[in-house]
Amino acid sequence: MFKRVINDAIADVVFDFEGAKITARSGESVAAALLADDLLSFRQTPVKDLARGPFCMMGVCFDCLMVIDGQPNRQACQVVATSGMKVARQHGAAELNIDQADPA
Amino acid sequence: MKILNSDPASKTADVIVIGGGIHGCSAALHLIKRGVSVTVLEKDYVGCHASGVNAGGVRRLGREYVEVPLAQASYEYWRDIKSLVDDDCGYRVSRYLKVARSDEDMAKARQRVVDLNARGFTHEDVVDQETLRAYLPAIAPHCVGALHVDGDGSALPFQTTQAFKRRGEKLGVNFREETPVIDIKRHASNWHVETHKGTFEALTVINAAGAWGGVLAAKLGDDVPLQAHAPMLAITARMPAFATNAVIGALSGALSFKQFENGTVLIGGGVRGRALPDSNRTVLDMKGMSQFLSTACDVFPIMKRANIMRTWAGIEGYTPDNLPVISSGRAEGIVHAFGFSAHGFQLAPGVGEFVADLATGVAPRLSLDAFNVSRFQQIDRASSYI
Amino acid sequence: MSIDIIIIGAGPAGMSAAITATESGAKVLLLDDQPTPGGQIYRAIEAAGDKQATILGPEYMAGKPLAQNMRSTNIEYVADASVWQVTDEREVGYSSNGQARLVTAPAIILATGAMERPFPIKGWTLPGVMMAGAAQTMLKTSGLAAEGAIFAGCGPLLYLVAHQYLQAGVKIAAIVDTTAKANRLKALPHIPGALRRWDLLSKGQKWQSEIRKSGTRIINDVRALKVLGDTKAEGLSVNAGGTWQDIPSDHIFLHQGVVPNVNLSFAASLDHDWDEQQLCWRPKTDQWCGTSIDGVYVAGDGGGIGGGLAARASGEIAALGSLAKLGLIDTAARDSKAKTARTTLRRELSIRPFLDTWFRPSDDFRVPTDDDAIICRCEELSLKDIRDTIEIGLVGPNQLKSFCRAGMGPCQGRFCGLTVQELIAKQTNRPAADVGYYRLRPPIKPLRLEELANLQIEEDENIKF
Repeated sequence: MFKRVINDAIADVVFDFEGAKITARSGESVAAALLADDLLSFRQTPVKDLARGPFCMMGVCFDCLMVIDGQPNRQACQVVATSGMKVARQHGAAELNIDQADPA
Repeated sequence: MKILNSDPASKTADVIVIGGGIHGCSAALHLIKRGVSVTVLEKDYVGCHASGVNAGGVRRLGREYVEVPLAQASYEYWRDIKSLVDDDCGYRVSRYLKVARSDEDMAKARQRVVDLNARGFTHEDVVDQETLRAYLPAIAPHCVGALHVDGDGSALPFQTTQAFKRRGEKLGVNFREETPVIDIKRHASNWHVETHKGTFEALTVINAAGAWGGVLAAKLGDDVPLQAHAPMLAITARMPAFATNAVIGALSGALSFKQFENGTVLIGGGVRGRALPDSNRTVLDMKGMSQFLSTACDVFPIMKRANIMRTWAGIEGYTPDNLPVISSGRAEGIVHAFGFSAHGFQLAPGVGEFVADLATGVAPRLSLDAFNVSRFQQIDRASSYI
Repeated sequence: MSIDIIIIGAGPAGMSAAITATESGAKVLLLDDQPTPGGQIYRAIEAAGDKQATILGPEYMAGKPLAQNMRSTNIEYVADASVWQVTDEREVGYSSNGQARLVTAPAIILATGAMERPFPIKGWTLPGVMMAGAAQTMLKTSGLAAEGAIFAGCGPLLYLVAHQYLQAGVKIAAIVDTTAKANRLKALPHIPGALRRWDLLSKGQKWQSEIRKSGTRIINDVRALKVLGDTKAEGLSVNAGGTWQDIPSDHIFLHQGVVPNVNLSFAASLDHDWDEQQLCWRPKTDQWCGTSIDGVYVAGDGGGIGGGLAARASGEIAALGSLAKLGLIDTAARDSKAKTARTTLRRELSIRPFLDTWFRPSDDFRVPTDDDAIICRCEELSLKDIRDTIEIGLVGPNQLKSFCRAGMGPCQGRFCGLTVQELIAKQTNRPAADVGYYRLRPPIKPLRLEELANLQIEEDENIKF
């Protein structure tokens, strides 16, 4: 369980994680906010369908890949959480809607 | 030809092949199967240059007319590649679709089929928009059809080259890696090939030195204005399957596009980076790369959100007419097999047979006139060509 | 107006280089992939206050004035800029706001720092297992700490983070120390050099003693580790002095030292040397941090591990080297301005032989023997998979890569390159330096295809100063 040991910022960012509302501090990464909410597993691997979560928290391991605002393979530890963001776990290979003719 | 000593430490053989790319390995395999002893001298390791890092297209589509018979002959070998090299080489058969993005493209495609048919070749046809969309639902709406070959596909280039090597080795080919050729001289009726690991001797030498083939040819009295370039490739992260059933190109635009079973997408287009053959280096040109990546996005809009994981380029040799050199050389006991200008991978299994023919004084079963080394005597080497 | 110097990385080396460069009138573009400056050591420093000072300590807080100083200059500082290439013609490719750009300058300073060494044990890929640096990052940027975690491995950072956890009042389940006893004797000859930073040594001692006094369990002489659990980490199985014991925990932080992050420097075609003392690759640099490519410099931990103060000093030196090269200062001024930095650098580096020897990660932890240990995390390849491929006769990292995909995943070999290299060295009985490393190419981080397809080439006029 991750807990806040320094409480000097307001958690005023609210984003959507697979339908649930997650709060984050301003400037905090999506990964940190999810870990604070006790989520350890962010994706299933493409080869063996195994659970992975954030590992290095500095953008070099690429284990924290999630689908953020429709874009797969985003490193959750490198994306600052913003209100209204849509975050989902990534299952296997990148998820892309084939019918999307022209993504925004 | 008698079989000479097949001891791996031996420096004498019937044939020396210079260059451990796929053409060198294929020629070596064909030769050893005929009971001819072969040593392959490779300056780095087998398959580390163009042969191991290309797009792996196994296609008859889009060939220069004079190459079509070579491609057909190779295709027959590919169909049973497992028997030839005891490895499936990652060979997957599907279809090749060279996409038309305009009515002009379609007209050109139709004309090409007419021309091919007139020459007796019927492997290519044209598919309409409806058929194209049935094969590839993710294709962009403005793609109106494609030039098509059913049964074309792709393989894994490094695995394939290594398979040729391993099979040859098993049958007795002597592979010497990290053995660059320093010099080559004629001694009586033999060739003496000098390396840091000693001098190798043979009656016949095959120049399969790829991008370095021109330099070697010059030493042997054959002038070939070969240029080294670095055709670039990019591969994406795994994506859901949307184009695993075809290999795709574009009629008016540089593109080679292949989605593997594991979901990754390999994109090329022949756009060249800088090759530095003396130091085994290539320098990528991101501006150039953005060209064929744009084409990929134009043909498959879903690619806009793909992630490029890695890019690379091999060192390849290009001739002025983009046709390979497959012929005997001016000097006795010399055979050339290089200059495949970024489309030699599919040709290798068949070309190896014809190179083995040339090396053993047998007449190949098809014409190699268009690939003769002497054709460059007529070219003014000062004229530029890209 | 054109850029004189592009600096990549806004950690201690990059920020110092920017400040030094701009002091002599250079036009500087500073690119960093984080939203705020600081690199790893000074992460989130601008927002740090008294609470951070208490928990994280004065070495961390020392970054605050540096960041303030950097902000007060007139450099062009672009945050959230991900650099994906540097060419041998000094073309820097980076992405910012979803747009890929190319920009060139006569001098480039790479200050991309270090990363933690891989720690391939069985189960290290399970959710709940992270690197100790990650624990520190979470503390710095989010004030988050894991209750009842296990810290396992060796190296000064391990004890630093554990100490910071205690300062924050967070209970630690255990510290599992894999430092080999045999290292101590080997480190003795290096003590005289280490005494130049005796304050650091005594601080380390102080932390260890505080941790012991806190009642936190410390296990020494650890020979092997396995993470317990099927779908997530449930604990750590520890072999200490030959006996196995299990320690339950949901959070395991691993660490066995830091190494230069060489993906950009290799992809830039810089010459590198294998450092047998630090067991890592480092770009070849001269006394002005210049590399094998004219106009390209490497400063900070990215050129060899030295720590935060050494990084600041080498940032200054690299900047002075480029200023003189550009003719913005003469060599006499360059030499004289570099004096203080050189003294600092000498002093900071004098402790390295001691630290590198004392905390040298053991062979068994760098070069695993457990067939089930995952070696390539991205492609999910085990030790057995790698060994089988080497057995076929594929004896270089690039051959291996082509054959079994090791190193072909998104991390581009960052977490398997050194392991694979040393595995090949061991299995083929060759020195690690001879085996070499993966061939690295741009983009050094995955790039959205659309961005590269729409590549913009920056004309000088677009940079505003």
